[in-house]
Amino acid sequence: MAEIQVKNVRKTFGKVKAVWDIDLTVHDREFVVLLGPSGCGKTTLLRCIAGLEQVDQGRIYIGQRDVTDLPPKQRQIAMVFQNYAVFPHLTVFENVAFGLRMQHKPKDEIKKRVQDAAELLHIEELLDRYPAQLSGGQRQRVAVARAIAVDALVLLMDEPLSNLDALLRLEMRAELKRLLQEIEATTLYVTHDQVEALSLGDRIAVMRSGQILQYDTPLNVYDKPADLFIGGFIGNPPMNFLDGEVRTEDGQVVVHTGGGDIYPPPDVGAMLSRLKEPSVLVGIRAENIETLPAPAEGALQAEVLVVEPLGSHNLITMQLGTEQVKVNTSADFKAQPGQTLWLRLNIDKICWIEKATGRAMYPD
Amino acid sequence: MNLKRFNWEPYLLLLPSILYLALFFAWPMVQSFGLAFRTDDGQLTLAHMQRMFNDVGFTKALRNTVMLIIAIVPLQFILALIMALLMMERLRGSNMLVYIYSIPLAISDLAAGIIWFSIFTERGYLNSFLYSLGVIDKPFLFLNYQTKWPLVAIVLAEVWRATSIVFVVLVAGLQSIPRDYVEAAEVFGAGWFARVWRVILPLLRPSIQTALILRTILAVQVFAVVSAIAGRGMTVLANEAYLWYREYRNPHLAATYAMFILTISLITAFIYLRALRTKEEMIL
Repeated sequence: MAEIQVKNVRKTFGKVKAVWDIDLTVHDREFVVLLGPSGCGKTTLLRCIAGLEQVDQGRIYIGQRDVTDLPPKQRQIAMVFQNYAVFPHLTVFENVAFGLRMQHKPKDEIKKRVQDAAELLHIEELLDRYPAQLSGGQRQRVAVARAIAVDALVLLMDEPLSNLDALLRLEMRAELKRLLQEIEATTLYVTHDQVEALSLGDRIAVMRSGQILQYDTPLNVYDKPADLFIGGFIGNPPMNFLDGEVRTEDGQVVVHTGGGDIYPPPDVGAMLSRLKEPSVLVGIRAENIETLPAPAEGALQAEVLVVEPLGSHNLITMQLGTEQVKVNTSADFKAQPGQTLWLRLNIDKICWIEKATGRAMYPD
Repeated sequence: MNLKRFNWEPYLLLLPSILYLALFFAWPMVQSFGLAFRTDDGQLTLAHMQRMFNDVGFTKALRNTVMLIIAIVPLQFILALIMALLMMERLRGSNMLVYIYSIPLAISDLAAGIIWFSIFTERGYLNSFLYSLGVIDKPFLFLNYQTKWPLVAIVLAEVWRATSIVFVVLVAGLQSIPRDYVEAAEVFGAGWFARVWRVILPLLRPSIQTALILRTILAVQVFAVVSAIAGRGMTVLANEAYLWYREYRNPHLAATYAMFILTISLITAFIYLRALRTKEEMIL
């Protein structure tokens, strides 16, 4: 296995800037997810690394070797395609063996490695069948087996689960994670599904408009989004944002919002008071808001609009002054539309965003 | 609406084509079948067939037809495949290739035959060209029926005229192959040749089948081009049918030849259908 390095890569299609001056390093044996909405350039970046697209500028290294000008077959990569792309005219065995045959491996080695890959993906029973005789999930397994059967330096996956139905996707997600931990492959994985990204990646690169906005661990991307877009894109429901104005009253920093005043801790207060424009967005996730039935110290008054029981928890939409927020409560929390409740924001989990730039700010 | 009432609409819409096919295809076919296997007074007979098989012209015509098929079909197929693959490479301006390749499709086979006749004839373009270059000092008789040159001219004319039919069918087939397959092959180490041989050609099978059937059947029926270039110098099966009808005034034998051509066409189509069959389990 090996490291992938993308340096200053740019790719345009006519006037569309698909990938715009991207730098990205995937460490040896690391599992990195490229996450972003459709059209953000994540698939194009993957295809550039695969050699299926020529870059306009920049260099790509796989295992310290500059592969920018090499065709796909010389890059020592394996790839899983969104539509599986298992060859319909070949049996499962021949599909899995395809890469090995192209490398002219000896017959018994091919047989052994196809067997091993098939066992890992639990498709030993299907080796004599044709893809048309398989279900979507089985075809996906064949596509993955074909990719891991060859000695590739890196494994590239382009939305491999997006064509599966919801239940199967959940099952394959866990299985992929197990498998990739087992074979310790350097993997770059493209998806638009944030849950997939959070659950699979060692690190996530969040992309938009051809650029990487944040490249961090799933936990940090979730808890400490780099900007407004990421906070709104990741998480279900997305982060709540309250318009706020920073003021200093009696030496203490206070943030006025449509729902009430919020008192940030001293280090955040110091950071906020240094802002040129005193307008911020207060980002807070639904699970970081505590719902109380009675008034309490520091809790803000709100009115229940919608209650959505989701089994494991309830999702409640509330009118907080002039703003609407979504709040998670435990499943047995009883609430009726029109009812008045008190909300306590977990002050340490607030994401402070400078309104002028949309950038999140974190105290040092 | 009364559902039990018979719905005539689709049949009325089909009626013109059915009438056309019945009048201009089915009826003449039945007629020539009758002509080929019956005497003038209506008795069933194999005499016409016997006479055809024993005719001197038959052996020559059959040999020439088969020779033309063997020379033309593989050549056209390979050329058309190369052209189609070239086009799929999406090089700059490759879209223009379709139009350029397709020009001969618009020209009738007789006109194509006359064009190539005017190239190869004694005072034709080729001789003038060679003479102006000083390669020859008097016209060379390309279309002398005692040489192989007429055959070469016919093959060239047919290749020029009809390769684009094969090309169009293959391009349509290539365009229906998802790009994923070719890219997967590329990623897993297949070079250009391996991609064509191991992925594109197997997936192109249905189109190859159609193209070959179409082309071979047309080659079995080849007539106008041969007639225009070689005249009486070279005979083919369709030419014999024409001769027996026009020159020897024997519609029975003409019809027998026509039936023979039909039979060969059916057999070739059947062979292609069997040999290039795509197994059901391979259709995704």
